[in-house]
Amino acid sequence: MTDISHGSAPQTTIDKVQASLARRHRKQYILQGFGIVAISIAFLMLFILLWSQIATGYKAFMQTNITLEVFVDPEEVDAGKLPRGNFDDVLVAALLPYLPNVDASSRADVRTASGIFSNGAQFYLRNRIVEDPSLIGQTITMRVPVSDPYDQLYKELVDRDTPENLRRLDNTQISNFDQLYEAGVITSRLNTALITNADSRFPELAGLKGALLGSFWALLTCFLIAFPLGIGAAVYLEEFAPKNKLSDFIEVNINNLAAVPSVVFGLLALAVFIGWFGMPRSVPFVGGLTLALMTMPTIIIATRAALKAVPPSIREAALGVGASKQQVVFGHVVPLAMPGILTGTIIGLAQALGETAPLLLIGMNAFITSAPGSPFDSSTALPTQIFIWADSPERGFVSRTSAAILVLLTFLIAMNAIAIYLRSKFERKW
Amino acid sequence: MTTLAFAILLAACMVAYALNRRAATGLRDGGQRLHSVSGYHGLFALLMILVPVLVVILLWLVLQGAVVNRLVMSSLPEGTLDGLGKGQVDLILAEIQSIAGGRVFGEPEVWKIAAAERFSGLLQSAALGLVLVTALLSLAIMFFARSKVSAEFRARQGAERIISGLMIFCSVIAIFTTVGIVASLAFETVKFLKLVPLTDFLFGTSWEPQIPIRADQVAAEGAFGWLPVIVGTIVITIVAIVIAIPIGLLSAIYLNEFAPKPVRSVCKPILEVLAGVPTVVYGFFAILVVAPAIRSLGAAWGIDVAPNTALAAGGVMGIMLVPFISSFADDALSAVPRALRDGALALGATRAETVMNVLFPAAIPGIVGGVLLAVSRAIGETMIVVMAAGLMANLTLNPLESVTTVTVQIVTLLIGDTSFDNPKTLAAFALGMMLFIVTLIINIFALRIVRKYREAYD
Repeated sequence: MTDISHGSAPQTTIDKVQASLARRHRKQYILQGFGIVAISIAFLMLFILLWSQIATGYKAFMQTNITLEVFVDPEEVDAGKLPRGNFDDVLVAALLPYLPNVDASSRADVRTASGIFSNGAQFYLRNRIVEDPSLIGQTITMRVPVSDPYDQLYKELVDRDTPENLRRLDNTQISNFDQLYEAGVITSRLNTALITNADSRFPELAGLKGALLGSFWALLTCFLIAFPLGIGAAVYLEEFAPKNKLSDFIEVNINNLAAVPSVVFGLLALAVFIGWFGMPRSVPFVGGLTLALMTMPTIIIATRAALKAVPPSIREAALGVGASKQQVVFGHVVPLAMPGILTGTIIGLAQALGETAPLLLIGMNAFITSAPGSPFDSSTALPTQIFIWADSPERGFVSRTSAAILVLLTFLIAMNAIAIYLRSKFERKW
Repeated sequence: MTTLAFAILLAACMVAYALNRRAATGLRDGGQRLHSVSGYHGLFALLMILVPVLVVILLWLVLQGAVVNRLVMSSLPEGTLDGLGKGQVDLILAEIQSIAGGRVFGEPEVWKIAAAERFSGLLQSAALGLVLVTALLSLAIMFFARSKVSAEFRARQGAERIISGLMIFCSVIAIFTTVGIVASLAFETVKFLKLVPLTDFLFGTSWEPQIPIRADQVAAEGAFGWLPVIVGTIVITIVAIVIAIPIGLLSAIYLNEFAPKPVRSVCKPILEVLAGVPTVVYGFFAILVVAPAIRSLGAAWGIDVAPNTALAAGGVMGIMLVPFISSFADDALSAVPRALRDGALALGATRAETVMNVLFPAAIPGIVGGVLLAVSRAIGETMIVVMAAGLMANLTLNPLESVTTVTVQIVTLLIGDTSFDNPKTLAAFALGMMLFIVTLIINIFALRIVRKYREAYD
């Protein structure tokens, strides 16, 4: 035994193996290394994706406002003529005392100075006075949003060092703003308009209310249609369907529908619901109908898996004490499978919430400045609103798009968290 | 009024349930032996009312609009609509409807106002009719169902038969949907092919779907050759797949074979998050971060990169597909029988050798199936490319250039107001048809591979 492996004499198998072992182990490390690199790339991308949205989006949750002591001049605003009145001039009159450099008699100067107000500022004032006409003739404190370029300036998104002709605000405008800032009338507050306003051409006024309600109505329609129909189909196919050509054909259809591109469902909705049935465009009801067709395969597949997981002993026991087949299924199997069914449904609805392309085709990307009151009012949905804002040229919409994305992701995370909670809480191992 | 109809239906259902149930209980208390328990007598009455009346209400709602429109238009003064095109007739109808809705612009003609009055009158009587029909039908069925209650009546079988019918209807909706897709696409595609010859569509190398709106307008004759569009789709799909396959496969191999259990249980769900991010978010990510990054990288190396390069859209799509491929590969690797793995390890193979030489070849069919499904996803993916890829059809294979895809064209052709009689709109349906066929073939092929492979080891 002692001499065998000495010298460079002919090698035995064990020598060969040992000599190559280091190389083979190195190969294994390389493979593992590649694997770790691959996962890191995927995670890095996910991180950059989320981080970029947070980094650009968080700014939209604050809005720069200007607070002024406004004297509601009865000469400009006539109680008899409400809601008409020169609210714009009233606001400008309140602004000018802070800006000694502005020549009140020069129209151009005044116009430049009043550009600091958002286009909606006069409507805030109007609404307040229409609500309480006794304010005419008094001095009231108004807080109104500033327009988008100044909002960007306050958030330091406008670089003061760029040459004046390339900047969105010239030196006068910036110095006006700085004077107001030093006077302490510029404040930055939580941007509640992002949730309470509907869409607008002006970023500082644009909000998600219409989109949120539109998505809500669409998802409600989708749920009310897809959930009962999906469960009915799944229960029939799993528990009752005879093994024949028709059942097979239905199965193949469901599996294929689950993989049909979403834009094709949009074409279906456009041609059938809008073209043939004459349903209106841009309404959440039609959107919900389309989403229901897309969600049904997901619900069917999840429900069938949940039904399969219920052990046959349950069915046999129920049948054994004289229950009919339907009593077995609806009295025992379906209730036991309910957590799995609900989990699948919530995940399906979460997918439907993020779905954009079919909604674009049925016109839910329209510009609508009022929130829908019912599923039959035209509106946008959350993902299509993101698409609209991403397409808008105003700078202020970039951060608002990211903010809308954060809102959408929050909803998705919440829905998935509920699904995971349901599964872990109620899932039974048989 | 519609709400009232539904309320009546609901009330009728509840009353019928209670009535029948009480009647059956009464029989039982009177000493008779019932065939079905009393709850089933109630359920039978409920379903007997619910199903037919609901169908009537829904049909009424679907048809009412069309019928009212037709009645109003046919009652217009003689000769008003003579010589008008379909578009103009629609316009008149829309005006009448808006007058009826109280939105009057300018001074409409007297006959329009009369028509509007007739329109609102008809709508009101339609609503009233719906309520009446609902109430009468519910009442009639209620009496019929009540008359059925007797000791021998097989109420359970009756109710179960109705429920069975409902469930079969639910399952058949999947077929309806497929038929609806195929029919709507085929219908519009045939119309399209009447305007543009099939050979021009399939083999034309230029895609310029602008068409003159008026006959005398100076505009480019539209060209509808889908080759540049499908080539663009292929370019972006290849970019996506080239990125997704290595990352997806390697991470699946690592997670399946090497990662310690806690790492695996943390990493897998995080990877799945990538699959849950909506595509519109990926699209915005592509234009906000990825495209500028690629462009500045190209500028640093002196390469000219188009602002909406196929690399950005394809790359982001690749990231989106990573969890898809990785979960399929994971399933395929896990499905390889333990004996193969143990055998290889027992012979002295390292783990890496086992994976690469034994498990991977055995899992190939499953992985190929997953990759094919990913390809079909990439072809059908819409939002990322709509936001990040180009609009102009460009017959090129260079991923640095801007290309367009089938889905981009469908969306851009159909966004905004569309009428169903010009080749622009119809072209979108023709593209949709091609998209449906291509993805369907790939899906069937992929599902067959996956299924066949699963059976081999079971």
